[in-house]
Order: sequence, then structure tokens, then C-alpha cells
Amino acid sequence: MNRYPLWKNLLVLAALVLGFIYTLPNFYGEAPAVQVLPLRSNLKADAALLARVEDVLKAAQLNPEAMSLDATSVKARFNDTDTQIKAKDVLHAQLGDDYMVALNLLARSPQWLTSMNALPMYLGLDLRGGVHFLLQIDMKGALDKALESDSSDMRSSLREANIPYSGVTRDGSMITIKFRDADSRGKGESELKQRFSGLEFSTREEGSEFLLQAHLKQQEQIRIQESAVQQNLVTLRNRVNELGVAEPVIQQQGADRIVVQLPGVQDTARAKDILGRTATLEVRLVDDEHHYAEGGIIPFGTEVFKDRDGTPLLVKKSVILTGERINDAQPGFDSRNNEPAVHINLDAIGARKFKEATRENVGKRMAIILFEKGKGEIVTAPVIREEIGGGRVQISGKMNTEEATDTALLLRAGALAAPMEIVEERTVGPSLGADNIKRGFDSTKIGFVAISVFMVIYYLMFGGVSVLALGANLLLLVALLSMLQATLTLPGMAGIALTLGMAIDSNVLINERIREELRNGVPPQTAIHEGYEHAFATILDSNITALIVGVALFMFGSGPVKGFAVVLCLGILTSIFSAVLVSRLLVNLIYGRKARLNKVAIG
Amino acid sequence: MEFFRIKKDIPFMSYGRYTTTISLVTFLFAVFFLATKGLNFGVDFTGGTVMEVHYAQSADLDKVRSQLGSIGLGDAQVQNFGSSKDVLIQVPLKQNKAGSKLSEQVMETLHQQDASAELRRVEFVGPQVGKDLVENGSMALLLVSLGIVGYLWLRFEWKFGLAAIIANLHDVVIILGFFAFFQWEFSLSVLAAVLAVLGYSVNESVVVFDRIRENFRKMRKTEVNVIIDNAITRTMSRTVITHACTQMMVTSMLFLGGETLHYFALALTIGILFSIYSSVLVASPLLMMFGVSREDFIKPEKAEVEEVLP
Repeated sequence: MNRYPLWKNLLVLAALVLGFIYTLPNFYGEAPAVQVLPLRSNLKADAALLARVEDVLKAAQLNPEAMSLDATSVKARFNDTDTQIKAKDVLHAQLGDDYMVALNLLARSPQWLTSMNALPMYLGLDLRGGVHFLLQIDMKGALDKALESDSSDMRSSLREANIPYSGVTRDGSMITIKFRDADSRGKGESELKQRFSGLEFSTREEGSEFLLQAHLKQQEQIRIQESAVQQNLVTLRNRVNELGVAEPVIQQQGADRIVVQLPGVQDTARAKDILGRTATLEVRLVDDEHHYAEGGIIPFGTEVFKDRDGTPLLVKKSVILTGERINDAQPGFDSRNNEPAVHINLDAIGARKFKEATRENVGKRMAIILFEKGKGEIVTAPVIREEIGGGRVQISGKMNTEEATDTALLLRAGALAAPMEIVEERTVGPSLGADNIKRGFDSTKIGFVAISVFMVIYYLMFGGVSVLALGANLLLLVALLSMLQATLTLPGMAGIALTLGMAIDSNVLINERIREELRNGVPPQTAIHEGYEHAFATILDSNITALIVGVALFMFGSGPVKGFAVVLCLGILTSIFSAVLVSRLLVNLIYGRKARLNKVAIG
Repeated sequence: MEFFRIKKDIPFMSYGRYTTTISLVTFLFAVFFLATKGLNFGVDFTGGTVMEVHYAQSADLDKVRSQLGSIGLGDAQVQNFGSSKDVLIQVPLKQNKAGSKLSEQVMETLHQQDASAELRRVEFVGPQVGKDLVENGSMALLLVSLGIVGYLWLRFEWKFGLAAIIANLHDVVIILGFFAFFQWEFSLSVLAAVLAVLGYSVNESVVVFDRIRENFRKMRKTEVNVIIDNAITRTMSRTVITHACTQMMVTSMLFLGGETLHYFALALTIGILFSIYSSVLVASPLLMMFGVSREDFIKPEKAEVEEVLP
């Protein structure tokens, strides 16, 4: 009477087999590797690059264990870290600045596992070592800067439109423009409303003065804040590339914070230095009068910079504008021919200088150069078609939408970004990480053995079944964590241990219930059936309350606590499955077939 | 093997007055220590810098202190961490003018004295982050409490939900009381442990409540206190065995898990011990006090259907 239908047996079996396959990669461990990523858009990670990397390594007599090619990079796996570091140095020297050569860890598991997407668990920074930064963007600073430039633009617009005013002042988030009479205020209002769509205007009288007040619209504030975050994200990504980190995490967190995680980075001082550096932007004229060939003579008063594709360009040394004069740069479309374009908004001083420079140089090219760590790169070099006044510049032609977006982001990155500050740092050395793994693993192992011994002594055969079910639980939990590639932290490992300690509850409930039924004189087969049946409702109730805790921790926990919560939630699901289905399957296999069962070994 | 072969039900409910008095006293003590001593919040909540430095040989703490004093960090806490070779340095936020750059200054100074000093871990938490964590922690506690009351209300009856949450929040306060009394460091992982205990000890109450409900259906015309006594006695074996097993795992973490997991496991240990007590000897008397009765959740005709077992 205690038999499962075939489909149920198969279901449990399938789950266990899947669990086993996805747990497997964790046993092979990870090996040191080197990853080569092309940094320029015209370079691709392809078979040619793979062959080139192979040749370089062969020439240096470094033998990789395995090499692979994926969509973005070439990876080479090595036996030990010494070879890995040698390989990195050799590759960096041979391939030059166009490629990023990063240290990484790769799964040592066989190809067929990797091709099934069966990967080892993704270890958090506290287990593998690395740096975690939380950066806060100064949003007030970003808004202040926007308002400051708006107020100076207002002065020049009113002047251009010949509207008399007696002053423009900014007080906090409010810009106040003073007029002497209602008539000029009316004209001023309609003029400014037209030009500053992001502001909301209101009028007020104070004594003999007629005031026009403006503040940022809610949606404009959000737009400024969002673009400040985006701008900082791009800047950070560019800089992290320079650090040579294989799997960096750079993510927005909340409205005004950015998380940067750099696994394996030890030199925190350098990391902080690079992340905190500001880029500058310069606008200069391109020297098209002289011809320049690579390696040739550079004419007096000019310099050579490369653009993003690596083409060199001769540029004059005198600077028209710096990035500080750029208020904003947004991708958009040319109003005349609907081609993708970048719209740049300059402040009042910038607008004046730009007007002069463009008036004198129609038909020539100008270069916008981004400087980082003293090295310049040309973002774009458009032709000046006409004199540009008013501080609204549009760059268009030979661009697709993606390029327009990239260019706008780079321009903004070079403009004075909203300042960032590190508000949280967590660094874990690699030796501590390895210690943490060992500690977490040891405590789980010892705890598991202790529980197993106790359960077998106390419940005999049923104790053995419970232990096997608990083992299945561990297997499924590790498989799920590997499958989802959820980040495993030290609290997460504690979560695994705790889940196992708590999961045994379900089996204890079942075993106690069966014992009780037997004491009441119920025949063994019925006792097993009733025991499982009665215990199930209780198991469900108690696990759901635990699940509520897990979900709440996940929603409000941060960092390590979140890792704990994920393990807790997954562990509850696997423990219901294994305590109820797996253990029942085993009991059915052992006792279920016997028609006349007089005694069961439950102690 | 069997530890609990109890023939007669133990009259737990008749001790109800004593047990609730005992827990009220423990509870008041915990509140007293929380109010007078307060929690020793870790850097996660207060903000500041924590550094773990490993030396090749035993570290001279006084020397480290005087070195820190020379760069204006005289009030930094310096102590051994785990072994005599490991040093933990804690600098409160007030003193830390350099912000996240502090750790580099400290390492530079320490290297002048002993080049073997190896930086194992740095944690820097700014003031705003700490405040957010406190807020999020309180929100999580509130959400968990409401979720549990809501679920038990749905599944049983409001009296059960209320009794369970009072009993279990009482556990939480007692754990916090211990942390206040001994001035153990209260970190993020301890908070996680406290919330996990909340979920865990609710399990405990749920198992007893399930039995009480079942008894209401089976044992008609029986007094409420007899029903509850029977439910507790019948589930006692499971309660003790389960907790013993969980505690084996937690003990293993307490001793083998290293410093980081130590307080996490400690909070769990206190929580597990008190949750046995509270679910049996606090939640059930409270249930009696709220006047639980058979009519609370069984409609007569529905009970008939339930009686027919396969």
C-alpha cells in the first residue's frame, strides 16, 4: 500500500540526477586563468585572436591547460598562479594597449559540463577575496550645477532678447529674476519659458519689484539625477577596464548609489585612485593644413592624438574650450534630416568662446579630446559648417544611434561629473577568503556528521532514511545555487548549515508521528502512511513561516545578509521536497512492497 | 532508542502562572539591560573603519596603539582577533577624517614598524549607510512580524497569531538582552540570525498549535487545558530532538566557523534555547489567556467531514 506511482518515482529520480550533474562542477574546483578582451570596437574576439594568443604563449613556453573562445574574450587556463601571472605579463607586452589582459578563475570541470551551463557556485567577495565599494553620487551638487548654469544662461537670453531686468539670483533650488515693471516681466516670462522647458515659473510682487521665480520641474530633476548616475556608471566602467579585473560588478543601487565589486583585486589604493580620478575634456582645432603620416614629423604647435578606432589626427595645441563649460550632452536626432546626432549644451562663457571660434573657422574640423591619466583620445572630430551661437551645439553625420549615445556619454564623462564619494568599503584578502571557505565547509561537515550519527542511533532505519534525505537536500541546494549562479557569501554558507539543521525537523516530525501511530497499535504499513499524511500539514505550516522570514530578509537585507536570505529561501524549498518526497520514496522502496509487515526499524 | 516515553500528560497549563512569571522577569531584565547598557553596535550600523591585520609573529598591541597614536588615532580600539598574530583595529567615524583613505594611512604606518603586516580585511562604512541599515533592519523585523501574524491568523485564528508573535518577539528581546549585557558586538549577521530565530521559533509554536487544533477535533468534550497539555506532551519528543539536531549544527559553527560566524552562531544558540521554552511555556498559556475554544475554528458540520479518515 505504500507505493508511489511510476511518474512520482521518475520525478524524484530526475530531480536527483539533475541535482547531481549541477553539483558536479563544484568538485572540480577552479583554476587560475588569463582572459584577453579587445578594448576597441573594431577589434573582435575571434579565431584569429585565439591563434595569436596561442602563439604568444607558445613562444614564451607557457603551456595552458585549456583555451577557449567566447563572444567577448579569449580565455586560457593554467596549472598554477605562477604561470598565470607570467602569461599575463607576456600577453600584455605582446598585445599592447588595445587589449585588456585580466586575471580570472575558470572552472576546471570538463567541457561537456560547461556546455550544459553547469558551473560551480559563484563565490562572493568574502570567499574569493576582493574589493567592494559603495559610491554615493552628490545629487545636490549635480542639481546645483544645473541651476547655476541655468541662471547664467537666463542672463544672456534676456540680454539677447533686449528685455530689461535688474538681477538674477539663485537661492537654494530657486532662481529669482527681478524686473522693474510687469510688462517686461511678462515678456521675460514668455521668452524664458520657451527656452527653459525644464523649469517651472511663477510670479510674485515684493515691494516695488516684480519677481519671476523658477525652480526645476520634478521630471527635470529626475532626468538630471538619472543622467548623473548614468554618466558616473560609464566613467567607472571605463576606468575599471584599466584595472584588468575579469568580472567586475558595476551597478546602480537605489537612486544615487553605485556598487563596484572587483573580485581578486588586492591593491585597494590603486583601485581607489583610479576610480576617483576625474577625466577632462578639451575642444581644439584639427590641423588639416599639414599632412601627417605615422612616425612623421609633427609640425610646431600641434600634437597627435588617436581617435577611438586608432587613426591618428594632427591637432592644434591651443584649447578653445574645456569640459567644465559643457553643461550637458544628450543623444538625439538632427531636426533637418533626422539623422542621429549629439546635442551639446554649453554654459554662457563656453557659448561665447564657441561662437567666436566657429565664426573664424567655418569649414574646418574641430576635435573633442578626452583626457584620462594624461592620455588623450579623440572622441569625435566634426566639421564646422556654420557659426554656432547660443551655446547649443549639434554634432551629426556618419553616426548611428548607438554611436551617438556613446559619444554623448563620453562627452558627459569628460564634463565635470557629479562628484562621488566612497561611503562603504569592504576588502577581503585572498587568504582570509580561503580560510572562510574552509571554516564554512568544516562546520557544515562536522554538523552534518553529528546529526547523521544521532539520527541513525535514535531512529535506526528511519534515521538512515532521514540522513539520506538530508543528503539529497544538500545536493539539491548546492545544485540550485550553482544553476542560478547566486552569489555565495560566508553568511550564505552559514545559511546552508542552518537550513540543514532546520530541515531535519521535517524528518523528526514524520518519524515521531510514525512512532506514535505504532504505539497506538496501528499496523506498520498504515502507521507509515498516516505518519507522512499527518506530518505534512505541519511541515508546510512551519516552512511557510520560515519562508516569510527569508523573503523579508531578502527584501531589506543588504550584501551578506541578502546572500543568507537567498540560501534560506532555496533551502526551505529543497527541504520540503527532500524530506517529504525523497524520504517517502526510500521508505516505500524498503517497506512498501511487503504485503505483511509486522515490524519496522524505527527504534 | 527513545528518550520520551511519557504515559500521562504533563499538566503544563497548571504551571502557566509560574512559567509566564519567569519569562516576564527574564524579559524585564533583558529590557532593563537594553535600556541601561544598550547594544554594542558594530561598524555596520555606527559607521567607521574596521581593519584586520595579520602579522608573521605575535603582534605587540601596545606598539600598534602607539603607532596609531602618532597619526592621530589614539582612540582607535586595538585587540587580538582569533589568534595573537591577528589584530583587529577599529576606528570610530568621528575620528576618521580621511574617510575611505584611512586604511592606507594605517597600513603605511604599520609597515614602517613591521613589514610582515598583511591587510586581511577592511570595512569602511560611512554614516549614511549605517543609518540605512538600521532602517532596513527595523523594516525587516516589522515585516516578518506582520507576515507571521497574518499567516497564522489565516491558517488558525487571530489568537494563535498573536500568542505566537508575542512569545517569539519575547525571544528576540531576550537575545538582544544577552547582547546588551555582555556587550557582544551586534553586527549585520547577528541581525540576520535574530530574524532567522524568529522564523525558527515560530515553527515551534506552529507544531504545538497544529496539535492543539487536531486535538480539538479528536477529543471532544475535553477541557481546553487538558487538550493543550496533551498537545505539548505529544510533541515534546519532537521538540527536543529537532532542537538538539539544529543545535549540533549551530555548535559546530560556533566553534569551527571562525570569528565572523561566532556571534551569528551565539545568537542562534540563545534563540534556540529560549524558543523551546517560549513556544511551550509562553505561547500556550497566552493562548489560554486569550480564551481559545473549540468553536474558534471548527464548525460542527465541517468537523464531521474531517473525521472520515481514509
